[in-house]
Amino acid sequence: MTPKVVLVTGVSRFLGGHLAARFAANPDIERVLGVDTEPPPRDLLRRMGRAEFVRADIRNPLISKVISTANVDTVVHASVTASPAGPTGRTVMKEMNVIGTMQLLAACQKSPKVQKLVVKSTSAVYGSSSRDPAVFTEDMGPKDLPSSGYAKDAVEVEGYVRGFGRRRPDVNVTTLRFTNFIGPRIDTVLTRYFALPVVPTVLGYDARVQLLHSEDALAVLERATLHDLPGVFNVGGDGVLLLSQAIRRAGRLNLPVPSAAVPTVGGFFRSARLVDFSPDQMRFLNWGRVVDTTLLKKDFGFTPRWTTQQAFDDYVSGRGLKPLIDPETVEAAERGILDAAARFR
Amino acid sequence: MAGARVIPLHDPERDAARRSRHVEVVPEPAQQQSETPDWERRLTDLLSFARRRIAGDYQIDEFGFDRDLTENVLMPPLKPLYEKWFRVETIGMQNIPMAGGALIVANHSGTLPLDALMTSYGIASEHPAQRHMRMLGADLVFRTPLLGALARKSGQTLACNPDAERLLSSGELVGVWPEGFKGIGKPFKDRYKLQRFGRGGFVAAALKTGTPIIPCSIVGAEEIYPMIGDIKALARLFGFPYFPVTPFFPLLGPLGAIPLPSKWYIEFGEPIRTDVFGENAADDPMLVFNLTDQVRETIQQTLYRLLTQRRNVFLG
Repeated sequence: MTPKVVLVTGVSRFLGGHLAARFAANPDIERVLGVDTEPPPRDLLRRMGRAEFVRADIRNPLISKVISTANVDTVVHASVTASPAGPTGRTVMKEMNVIGTMQLLAACQKSPKVQKLVVKSTSAVYGSSSRDPAVFTEDMGPKDLPSSGYAKDAVEVEGYVRGFGRRRPDVNVTTLRFTNFIGPRIDTVLTRYFALPVVPTVLGYDARVQLLHSEDALAVLERATLHDLPGVFNVGGDGVLLLSQAIRRAGRLNLPVPSAAVPTVGGFFRSARLVDFSPDQMRFLNWGRVVDTTLLKKDFGFTPRWTTQQAFDDYVSGRGLKPLIDPETVEAAERGILDAAARFR
Repeated sequence: MAGARVIPLHDPERDAARRSRHVEVVPEPAQQQSETPDWERRLTDLLSFARRRIAGDYQIDEFGFDRDLTENVLMPPLKPLYEKWFRVETIGMQNIPMAGGALIVANHSGTLPLDALMTSYGIASEHPAQRHMRMLGADLVFRTPLLGALARKSGQTLACNPDAERLLSSGELVGVWPEGFKGIGKPFKDRYKLQRFGRGGFVAAALKTGTPIIPCSIVGAEEIYPMIGDIKALARLFGFPYFPVTPFFPLLGPLGAIPLPSKWYIEFGEPIRTDVFGENAADDPMLVFNLTDQVRETIQQTLYRLLTQRRNVFLG
């Protein structure tokens, strides 16, 4: 069933905005509504074309009016976010994530026209610890519930979404648990982290990182909206990079920090406005996280175009990250040594 | 790489000069001329390895196994220990299949898990397919900084059923030491007495994936660090499962960490098939218990047989 009227939350951010743009370009969809608390940046707004921007706070009951008057039949909840806006952003972020979702779901429940709900969640709901299995499938839960931050928000959001699914069994609910996004255009904590010239890591740990190209993320959200594919799906690129390997591929230098000093260093980077890592993301740097995407390929019918490694390389070349050690220098050195050796023979 | 490099094997000018000086020079066999010396080939390998590492140009599997690093850096140092120090002899290597999933179940001993390292090295070097054994380790290993990362890079993963089943169904050779700390940290007087085999989770994993179980008996590892005492207080302080006292440790300090050069035998037994029990066999606790006992009994009997054949701990 192709939706007629689609409402997208979080359109002033990368995913929501580009998703609204894709829907606006689809002639089968009659109307596209984009909701956010602040207007999208100008270039994003231009891309969105005929999509209408509604400046509204999803924490406010007003959202219910928007949904019912516009006869919205499909809601794409893409505003749950990990990156707080500004230094005091964390409490606001939590409110937007959790209270916003509650209000939005309440509005959806009220409106009989709503037929489909697509939720952008995160694989952070699985947590990250040494006692976890190497690869998470959709039926697994976290070993210990994250006590704060984005991961906890996501767990709570998913809880409310499940509740909504029980109360409105007629609505197709798709929950997508994304791994970390990467790509030349998207701006996340991780893209800023790898752009640092010297990348701090936790001494003695090497996380397994699974990434998803932002274009694949958009394609998955689009597919979930245009087709009826209810369920919970892990979404991530094929293959795994080790954190140290990713740093080498980006041509950065790795700075191992002892565990005890990690909060201090994290605090420094936060106050310097370089990278804002929350404690649960710090844990991610210790253990990493890999999810199983069999369901995505078989039931959801989508295979990511970029593998983790390709997505990361696309990010590195797209951002124009200059490696500190030029690969050609390394190759020249290798050749030089071999030539010298050949002379000694 | 930007293109194949051409390394001149011999300088044509110098060759010509030499030929003009000694006209009657005996031509060297052509094979010897075209062969690059061994050290240079090794240097080439080393440099290309270094370049791959600097560029991050290698593949990791979803468990974090870094084959490039394992084969080139982690495995070679085990060679002298395996060949010269413990003089390991393997028996029944043909029982390990050439391909496909299989579960190796072995007895655990020796205070430090050298038995796991030696078994792993033995299969990687002596098995015709040079397979890498993927071992299931305790939570403590993966919680420890450095060690945990190293264990993942060398192909080990956490001992839990989802990981075991995932490895087995993707056709990997999995190694498990079901006695765990009870086996490796048992006092010297209990040597070669198998401890309880956990809860039989490994049998359930093999049943679920229909992969054969290969019992493996290791003789010699018990004598490398004869544990005559256990300082509970220190163990609790450091968060270790035990704090070993051997005749030389902690008495001689770091010198006490040198393992005694016992002679080792590693025997791989006949594979026990698990695909004959039909579906849902893993949900039958009685079957799981019986199979666990069968595996345990096989290993214990093999240990006794190997011990009666052994005349001397150090000479074999």
